[in-house]
Amino acid sequence: MADNNNTKATKGAISIRNVTKIYDPEGVNVMAVDDCSLEIGAGEVCMIVGPSGCGKTTLLNAIAGFHSITKGEIYLDGEMLCGPSKPLADQGADRIVVFQHGALFPWMTLIDNVAYGPKVQETMTKAEALDKAGHMLAEAGLGDVAGKYPGEVSSGMARRAEIVRALINDPKVLLLDEPYRAMDALTKSIMHESLLEVYDRTKVTIFFITHDLEEAIFLGDRVVVMTTRPAKTKTILDVNIERPRDYHVLSSNQFRVLVEDAKDAVHEEAVKAFEAGERELA
Amino acid sequence: MTLYRFKKALSTPTPYLMFFGIALWLGCYYLFVEGWQLPRFNKLPGPVEVITEWLNPNPDWGMSLFTPIYYEHTLVSCRRILIAFAIATGVGVPLGLFMGWSKTFRDYSFPILETLRPIPILAWVPLAILMFSGLETPVIYLATLASLFVTTLNTLLGVDSIDEEYFRAARCLGAKPHHVFMHVVIPGALPFIFTGLQISIGVAWFSLVAAEMVSGEFGLGYLIVDAYMNVTYVIMVIGMLTLGFVGWFSAALVRIAGNRMMEWRVRALALEGR
Repeated sequence: MADNNNTKATKGAISIRNVTKIYDPEGVNVMAVDDCSLEIGAGEVCMIVGPSGCGKTTLLNAIAGFHSITKGEIYLDGEMLCGPSKPLADQGADRIVVFQHGALFPWMTLIDNVAYGPKVQETMTKAEALDKAGHMLAEAGLGDVAGKYPGEVSSGMARRAEIVRALINDPKVLLLDEPYRAMDALTKSIMHESLLEVYDRTKVTIFFITHDLEEAIFLGDRVVVMTTRPAKTKTILDVNIERPRDYHVLSSNQFRVLVEDAKDAVHEEAVKAFEAGERELA
Repeated sequence: MTLYRFKKALSTPTPYLMFFGIALWLGCYYLFVEGWQLPRFNKLPGPVEVITEWLNPNPDWGMSLFTPIYYEHTLVSCRRILIAFAIATGVGVPLGLFMGWSKTFRDYSFPILETLRPIPILAWVPLAILMFSGLETPVIYLATLASLFVTTLNTLLGVDSIDEEYFRAARCLGAKPHHVFMHVVIPGALPFIFTGLQISIGVAWFSLVAAEMVSGEFGLGYLIVDAYMNVTYVIMVIGMLTLGFVGWFSAALVRIAGNRMMEWRVRALALEGR
């Protein structure tokens, strides 16, 4: 991780091609995603925004291999993850999910959590894994709490440790599903800066779902606005703010214009979603 | 550290409330039975009579803390509980874990479990006597059976209670099914397992005593019935209280074992002030 400092990303390109997902609970078809296509470059931070329950998570679940897709294909670096012949992608450590509510194992200390991936994949010995986990936690400012259980640290620390747990596996893609949703604004901004710092160092491709437009623009290279269910890409905003970014960006004119554009696009869909009044789908 | 904890405990209302509660209970017991000698209560042995007999080196009714026969009855019951609880846990926990983990296995076994579970343990007595020879095995069988159901069901619920995201996270990180079982299913179900074990040891005592009352020539349950038959009511009450104490003690042991195995949970709860 530290060795590919500032190098250009060469892995983690996701290609979503004409993906459709139809849920079939109780015999009633619900189309969650409709013919959605999206190209995400290697090392891109792609932010997905859209109304609640529009099918953003469905897309993430398809990439991660939690749910099958009905039509279309998804490729990762030119290799098919899922498609007509194989609707459900294999789950693997090349695409790691950071969950909305946090999914560090509460029964393992932070360091054991972080060392877990390499240990079960047997890419490192137990001692090596613990050693590396210790280093990476220290790098993330969590050295002092490495021996604590997730229940003993703040949600911000836990979330940071969860990202470290993902990064130790050197994944191609990080899939984040509103990881900072439940946090207060101050903690959130600290989390954003630490995620940007991680990104600048690793250039890992990031697929990030959020409701928070400012978060989306602050973090992202592109912001993909989805339509209300069934989800399609509505507009894609390019965020041409230079990296590395810090919180001063938030008060720049360029930033405010982008937020305004994004709001216009999302608001329209949010109104539609609200009027449809449908129950949120997972 | 122990001293510090002890001092700290004395500064909270807990120990005083406990003593007050015991005193209140003993006081009522004394007044009802020995003090006022209320109707229906006046045939019972009072607390003074029971405690004097319990601590009497030369017991009037032949049994006290100083007679070997008292310990024999208690130890026989404890030994049976130990065997029954060990079997029930050894079978029930894995059974519950597999039922929770594998849908197929659950589909096979759940209906059987749910049919057998509501049958009261006393209804099993004749069958147990028919199935097993001697006096010891049927009694242990009955105690095992009762706690087995509780343990299995709680373990199963424990696995069900694990958030799907932990399974997903583990698989994302490259865990294979046996890793998921060892690192997610087992630790995730532990809180429910130990709640179940605490209930199950109580149920084991309950059914053991029931079984001892029906068949047996030793044990606290037998002692109680025997004392009743012989109109030695003091011994009956001593037997009951002894049951209460060893039952409490055994449940406490299970709780301590649970806290040892789930330090993560103890620490997180402690931070919440519990």
